[in-house]
Amino acid sequence: MPNKTFFWFFLPTGLAMILFIGLPIISTGIQSFYAQHDQVVKEVKKCDPFGCTVSIVVDQEATSILRDEKPLGKFNGFGTYIDRNHLAIEQISDFWKETDSFGEFINQVTNLPFYKALLFTLTYCLFVTPNVLLLGFIIALSLNAISRKIRGPLIFGTILPMIVTPLVGSLVLFWMIDAEGIIGANLQLMMEDPYLSLKSSRTLTWITIIIYGIWHHSPFAFVVFYAALQTVPQEPVEAAIIDGASRYQRIRHIVLPHIYPVVTFVALISLMDNFRVFEPIIGFSAEGSAQSLSWLIYDNLVNEEVILFGSAAATSMMTIIGIAILLAPVLIRTWKEFRTAR
Amino acid sequence: MEYGLDKRSNGLKTFNTTFIIVWLLIACFPFIWTFWGSFKVRADFFSRADWWYAISAFNTLLETGGQFTSKAYSEAWTEGEFWKASRNTIIVTVFVVSISLFLGTLGAYALSRSTERYAFWILIAALIFRAMPHITLVSGYLFPFFELQIWGILPTTIVVLVAINQPFTLWLLYSFFKTVPKELDESALIDGCSYFQAFRYIIMPVMWPGVITAGLFSLMLAYNDFTVTALLLNQENHTMVPKIQSYLGTNQHEGNLMWAVSAVVSATAPLFMLVMFFQRQVISGLTTGAVKG
Repeated sequence: MPNKTFFWFFLPTGLAMILFIGLPIISTGIQSFYAQHDQVVKEVKKCDPFGCTVSIVVDQEATSILRDEKPLGKFNGFGTYIDRNHLAIEQISDFWKETDSFGEFINQVTNLPFYKALLFTLTYCLFVTPNVLLLGFIIALSLNAISRKIRGPLIFGTILPMIVTPLVGSLVLFWMIDAEGIIGANLQLMMEDPYLSLKSSRTLTWITIIIYGIWHHSPFAFVVFYAALQTVPQEPVEAAIIDGASRYQRIRHIVLPHIYPVVTFVALISLMDNFRVFEPIIGFSAEGSAQSLSWLIYDNLVNEEVILFGSAAATSMMTIIGIAILLAPVLIRTWKEFRTAR
Repeated sequence: MEYGLDKRSNGLKTFNTTFIIVWLLIACFPFIWTFWGSFKVRADFFSRADWWYAISAFNTLLETGGQFTSKAYSEAWTEGEFWKASRNTIIVTVFVVSISLFLGTLGAYALSRSTERYAFWILIAALIFRAMPHITLVSGYLFPFFELQIWGILPTTIVVLVAINQPFTLWLLYSFFKTVPKELDESALIDGCSYFQAFRYIIMPVMWPGVITAGLFSLMLAYNDFTVTALLLNQENHTMVPKIQSYLGTNQHEGNLMWAVSAVVSATAPLFMLVMFFQRQVISGLTTGAVKG
């Protein structure tokens, strides 16, 4: 296709992506170097028969003029990145000096908002992704062994958790698991602990959200693996059976190598999706004990008094860097393949 | 995989069936339970006293005189203004699907027929864009949108959702277009068609399965979106998902949990029907990228 034709065909979608994905990333980058204005204060001298007092009050007029003139805020350089709510360089060096043991130091650091969120996000990715792969693969294998006639409805039932939006999915589970729901109430009866509830412990909340994550993402892995299983050639499998290979050996040495590229694809996609975990935290009302990077940004953006653009942007930029680190191995591999293919 | 040679023991068969039944229970029961509970009153579905009330409908009988009540639905749809939210969802979904298919088919066709290097790089860039968490993009939008005074209205959200959706649509349609033989449009070009004519009259008619799949995924994205719609729309224009969240209540004002339950069922039911109808397309869409990639 000639370049000129390509240009016109691609222009609309390219423009949409540049304007609403490319530019916002740049806009986020710029915003992250600014912070909202401080309030302008002035000294007011107040005199009464007993003498004069000087008090400091907020100059509303001057503040709003300043805000109108420079809506972006004041230039802050990397200030936002290193403040207490983000990388917290100062605090960490303080902790390093003050704390006695390494464990205590880690404890202190993971109490800082950014590191707390990073820890949760990484834990979530680390536990959800492998389990999604495993569960998805097992469901695919076992559905594949069921008679073809009834597979249709079974597949429909299996993919339900995936097609609802994460907020709805987590709400539906939360209403059952919460102390007043069917599972929560029965757990209380079983454990004989009337105060047992999701919100009572941080570990429980984390486990619940991770279980939700596995529940929500496994169907995706299942669908892809199921489709890949249909393409496994039969001859090697039959040959292996004749040679006396066990079921496990067949899966390990024939099926898995065949679907290996698909496994990496699923791992990559679910890693990308898990890294942006956010809605379940709202669905489970777990803000108190589990916060993710995306949730931190959301929290800044829905701030009641003044929207913390700078703070949200700085967290966004660091999230993007995180995504870049996750994607780097894949991109490098693709690039190498592209180079050798040419 | 029904191999003639592959004999399964009875134990394995039983195990397999049990596993599938357990998994289906885990996957579907929450939805069935929520559907069931949405016809009860709050004191039953969220019972402090006894969870069995949700089944025996103790309080529902006391309050309404019947085993089931549709009070939550009628209230949420009228008083809770869920009708407005669903109207907004329909508007957003229809526009997002049609615009992203229009842009996506043009772009993906060009990508699939280009032999230049930049086509490869564009696809890689689209993959990177696909990985961006939506909330980071929203944090980039908010400030400029406030300044331009286009925040809060439906058209802005539609355009944003179309753009966010493009990378995935491009990849999906690209792999579908690749399966259409090049000779088809080449012969049309030789016969004197322009590229656009070849695209419109030769390629599109054979592309319907792909277009339907891509359309379904755009629909699911627009219908299910929370991040963009919650932050870029004002109260008045909220779509279903942010509306459900507003029923949950915050520290400042108490929500109405039963409204949320009935709204969840109302929002989920059409989606389930759609997927039941188009199950084949959904699955082929999820796998085209994967099995070939």
